[in-house]
Amino acid sequence: MATLADIKSRKLLIINTIFIITWLIIAAFPFIWTFLGSFKVREDFFSRSDWWYVISGFNTIIETGGRYTLNAYKEAWIEGEFWYAARNTLIVTFFVVTISLFLGTLGGYALSRSPYRYAFWILIAALVFRAMPHITLVSGYLFPFFQLNIWGILPTTIIVLVAINQPFTLWLLYSFFKTVPKELDESGMIDGCSHFQAFRYIIMPVMWPGVITAGLFSLMLAYNDFTVTAMLLSFENHTMVPKLQSYLGTNQHEGNMMWAVASVVSATAPLFMIVMFFQKQIISGLTAGAVKG
Amino acid sequence: MLPTCVAMVLFIAIPIVSIFVQSLFIEHQKPTIEIEICDPFGCKKEIGVDVEAYAALNKEKPLGRFNGFKTYIDRNHLAFKELYEGWSNSKTFSEFSSTFFNLPFYKALTFTLTYTLFVTPFVICLGFILALSINALTLKIKGPTIFATILPMIVTPLMGSLVLFWMIDAEGIIGSTIQDLFNDPYLSLKASTTLTWITLITYGIWHHAPFAFIVFYAALQTVPQEPIEAAIIDGADRFQRIRYVVIPHLLPVAVFIALISMMDNIRVFEPILGFSAEASAQSFSWLIYNDLRNIEVMNFGSAAATSILTIIMVGILLTPVLIKTWREFGETR
Repeated sequence: MATLADIKSRKLLIINTIFIITWLIIAAFPFIWTFLGSFKVREDFFSRSDWWYVISGFNTIIETGGRYTLNAYKEAWIEGEFWYAARNTLIVTFFVVTISLFLGTLGGYALSRSPYRYAFWILIAALVFRAMPHITLVSGYLFPFFQLNIWGILPTTIIVLVAINQPFTLWLLYSFFKTVPKELDESGMIDGCSHFQAFRYIIMPVMWPGVITAGLFSLMLAYNDFTVTAMLLSFENHTMVPKLQSYLGTNQHEGNMMWAVASVVSATAPLFMIVMFFQKQIISGLTAGAVKG
Repeated sequence: MLPTCVAMVLFIAIPIVSIFVQSLFIEHQKPTIEIEICDPFGCKKEIGVDVEAYAALNKEKPLGRFNGFKTYIDRNHLAFKELYEGWSNSKTFSEFSSTFFNLPFYKALTFTLTYTLFVTPFVICLGFILALSINALTLKIKGPTIFATILPMIVTPLMGSLVLFWMIDAEGIIGSTIQDLFNDPYLSLKASTTLTWITLITYGIWHHAPFAFIVFYAALQTVPQEPIEAAIIDGADRFQRIRYVVIPHLLPVAVFIALISMMDNIRVFEPILGFSAEASAQSFSWLIYNDLRNIEVMNFGSAAATSILTIIMVGILLTPVLIKTWREFGETR
């Protein structure tokens, strides 16, 4: 016999399930839709007559003979020189992650072992940089860069991205190294290690979880950035996101809309893969500051 | 250690100083030159821009001429004069408000604040409800659900907004469905200011809710079980338990989320490009971008002035938090 509470909780369960399914549709459906649409021609993805064309590929069959076509990808990657933008993104992301992590681990470790109270100032810097719209900083960098004639090239952009990213990385790694017990490297130093040896042989083997989390955030920042890359890179050196925006410039030009669709899918796919693999680290990183504070 | 700190100071302080200096200057007046143009009907004098002199002037003083704080109060920024005139010339309040909303700075201010004020509370509520309901799921489906939930957050705003924009476009799935529903083939979300704003705000909630969800979800794991058990024994039902035990425990977390999401919302920029909503919705970031996007004519002075004003706004927003952090640090010291 079902008690009152049972009925109530079953009701709740049903409401809960419906709510989650609705949310999942809202959250994931746009991406699935765009993914499906990217294998069609423009008339299908942006069809006035019937949205079902995106699935059935009515015009795609007429134009290319098959239900799916890779035309949008081919054109965007080769004709639209998206491969070059992808290469740039790869370079920028790689260097931003490496440099931030290198500076961040050394700095974070030193800060966490230092007797002074730096934490407050890192926190403030991280907070200020977090709060400041990136474009205000970019407008500060832009003019000197023009004068020094270093505008438009990848290295300066990498440096700016590292600078924007650094306080957050430093803070994250600082709080991570705080959780690594001090006794660990002290014991090493008693055995005759130098500071650097202690770091190399004792801290490095245990630091990877923190470093991976910090690295993922640097990666997401560098990969996703639009403001800095769009303003500080010349047109030829654009990374994927500004490149994508430039496809939209000639709005009604037939091919370019599909180029943009294809490049959105190509740019998002690797990111989704990474997130799928490192979901746990991202969540732990996002919550690191929150739950304690 | 030291180099890191130096670099940080360098990279935080220098751009701010740089924009402040830039904001005091304005581009040179174009030097003019009289050219005599002769044709079969006689000669006449015309005044044209002396391109060479202008280039030389720019080379000599690349910042432009000194303008003091005048850029701050010109029509594109604080516009005190226009406001005053509008106030004294208009008889009704609506007349004044139309002058007010035609000034770019106040237009952007209105949109940015509206966006922030609407998105932030919705994000917190939606994130909280999501965290509660996903927390109740069985372990097996939890992982994939969380993955799908955080998708809107990890995609860069420009792409996220484009993906949605293509769907609500008149030729996209949602747009055409809405047209069918209302039986109005010209209905478009782009057409009216209100609809555009609603779209942008909806996008903002979609994009930020996952962040609130994750933080709440993690915080939910730390809620102690004893008070909940005690509440069950005392006969509290599910909602009472959430209302009187869980919510008070999560309040500090909610403040944290509110702060972060306000910071993010104030700099709203990329969705405006993604939804091509420049005409009816402008934010501060967009104003700066607009001043700088044309490489030929960059208004450094104007962009810098807007930047400084934005920084001041953000500073006002952050002051209470900074004071709070400062006090907490003082206590633990």
